[in-house]
Amino acid sequence: MSNLFKIAVRNLLRYKRRTLLTASLITIGVVFVLVFTSITGSFKTMMIGQITDSMLGHIQVHRKGYVASIDSLPLNLNFKPKAYQKISDVLGATPEIAAFSPRLKFGGMFSNFTETTNIRLNGIYPDREFQTVPLLTSRVTEGRKTLSRGEIMIPELLARGLKVKVGDPVVVVATNVDGSVNGKQFVVSGILESATGPGGRDGYLHIEDAAEVLRMPEVEVSEIAVRLKDFSRLPAAVRHLEGQLAGESNKEGRPLFEVHSWEQLSPFFNIARMIDVMTFFIKIMLIAIVLISIMNVMIMAVYERIREIGTIAAIGTLPGRILSMFVMEGFCLGVLGAFIGNLIGVAIVLVVNLIGIRFDFGQQKGLLLSASIQPSDLLVISVIVIVVAVLASLQPAFKASRMEPIEALRHV
Amino acid sequence: MIVSDRIQKDYQAGDVVVHALQGVTFEIEQASFVSFVGPSGSGKTTLLNLIGCLDKPSAGTLTVADTDIARLDRKESAAFRGRHLGFIFQDFNLIQVLTVHENIEYPLLMVQNVPAAERKSRIERLLAAVGMADQADKYPDQISGGQKQRVAIARALVTNPELVLADEPTANLDSATAYAVIELMKKMRDDLGTTFIFSTHDTKIVGEAEVIFRLEDGRLAAKEVKGGANHE
Repeated sequence: MSNLFKIAVRNLLRYKRRTLLTASLITIGVVFVLVFTSITGSFKTMMIGQITDSMLGHIQVHRKGYVASIDSLPLNLNFKPKAYQKISDVLGATPEIAAFSPRLKFGGMFSNFTETTNIRLNGIYPDREFQTVPLLTSRVTEGRKTLSRGEIMIPELLARGLKVKVGDPVVVVATNVDGSVNGKQFVVSGILESATGPGGRDGYLHIEDAAEVLRMPEVEVSEIAVRLKDFSRLPAAVRHLEGQLAGESNKEGRPLFEVHSWEQLSPFFNIARMIDVMTFFIKIMLIAIVLISIMNVMIMAVYERIREIGTIAAIGTLPGRILSMFVMEGFCLGVLGAFIGNLIGVAIVLVVNLIGIRFDFGQQKGLLLSASIQPSDLLVISVIVIVVAVLASLQPAFKASRMEPIEALRHV
Repeated sequence: MIVSDRIQKDYQAGDVVVHALQGVTFEIEQASFVSFVGPSGSGKTTLLNLIGCLDKPSAGTLTVADTDIARLDRKESAAFRGRHLGFIFQDFNLIQVLTVHENIEYPLLMVQNVPAAERKSRIERLLAAVGMADQADKYPDQISGGQKQRVAIARALVTNPELVLADEPTANLDSATAYAVIELMKKMRDDLGTTFIFSTHDTKIVGEAEVIFRLEDGRLAAKEVKGGANHE
């Protein structure tokens, strides 16, 4: 093998300029893919993190039918305490789950005593909510990053529109499940930066205050947000929870609960998928670049060395050995292009991070792009390039190995 | 060593069938120094190609080193050549990217897979024998034509073949160098006991052979044995 490698390197060095050009082409392709993958991947990861860690959670559990009518925040589809307890037991016994937070969601009227507008509110246990969506506190632009009984956090746009500041008294009025209206006064403890996506413009108050506004004798729960220990195990965790909760059904035998991952709840998932599709096509382009450039250079190499192929075949080199020689040249070109491409790609990503590129995403302004390349990305792209390089050199190599020595020796 | 029994070789050239060899019969002993001579188109190269397992006869039987070469498939032919034969070409056909030493080493590495220590000793012995020991690290484009052919001889002999075939080995050399190359081949035959067969149309060089087969129009016209009986 080392002899094949040595001869392949010598042959590549024989045509230095051509080898350099081909390796450069592969390098450019690898760099382009790496930089694109790292920037879009980092953007995607950051946005998914923002959405799941500041609002949605990784998974949500609702009563069956709640998500279909979530725009009206139906109070009649809340979990009663007994049902919540069942789910809580299941979630508590699931090792993949890091934290979960019950929420009582409702719509109401928000007033600063002179003006009134509508508001969507989440009643939460603050400690549990902050464990489940840890970036929620990072959205607090003014006020305290905590929430006590009698306090409310309101979205920035609402605060600006109604000219409400931290410490101001406000009133929340809501219609409860039997149609009667109730109101309660709160003090604004914090102003929340708006975020793009479902729940991005919601206010927060203590869940027991929410139950009081809605005149619930016992705290009911509209949804349970779940945080996983390992986000990469999301599909498996969803399947596990679905399996665990599938046995719970109503008197008609229909399932009582539904489990959704963030992907089913946020429209950003479609953007994330588009990014994946674009990345896929960029990789296809890389494959095409490597395939065409290597095949081209190997066809030329075989054509220019027909007499040499005839000589080595005549002196007894087996066809398989001749094939291996040319495949090894393609392999070396692939390795060279992938190696230099990886080095330059990593360097460019480092420079991008040093420059500190900022971007806006919906309501969120000045997000800092933190591009990163995973070792697995380097490995996957290198393997793709090398495998395609070997495949591209197979046809010319096969042609070389099938040459009749007599005809090859006669070639001028 | 070689037994040829009424071998024929026909080629299709467009609509015409060319009878390159027509019933050629001969025998060659081990350690002979043999030349096939004849004008261009007489069948010398075709015959060497058949003996060298690079082609197959259209009819007749050709046995080389006790092997009927017509029965060998493509891969077996390559393996047979690697085991039993050495080749010297008119244009030397050295691999340009390899040094003199590496060119000689090539068949040991790529064909016979000989261990490093033995490779080294064989190459050094042959480099000394062909007078190229001080040129071992040079590339083919850094040495003369005569030196290239010496390297080619060393490459042909390094695998310890029973038979070396040389098609017009002196055609691209001046007469002094040509004589030197033929003398070297003969010396190697004497030292190693290898059978040498070369083709030529150079009448001066022909005289160096001990057995001469004259070919005309694809037929064996005469066999001359130095110091022995000649046959028409």
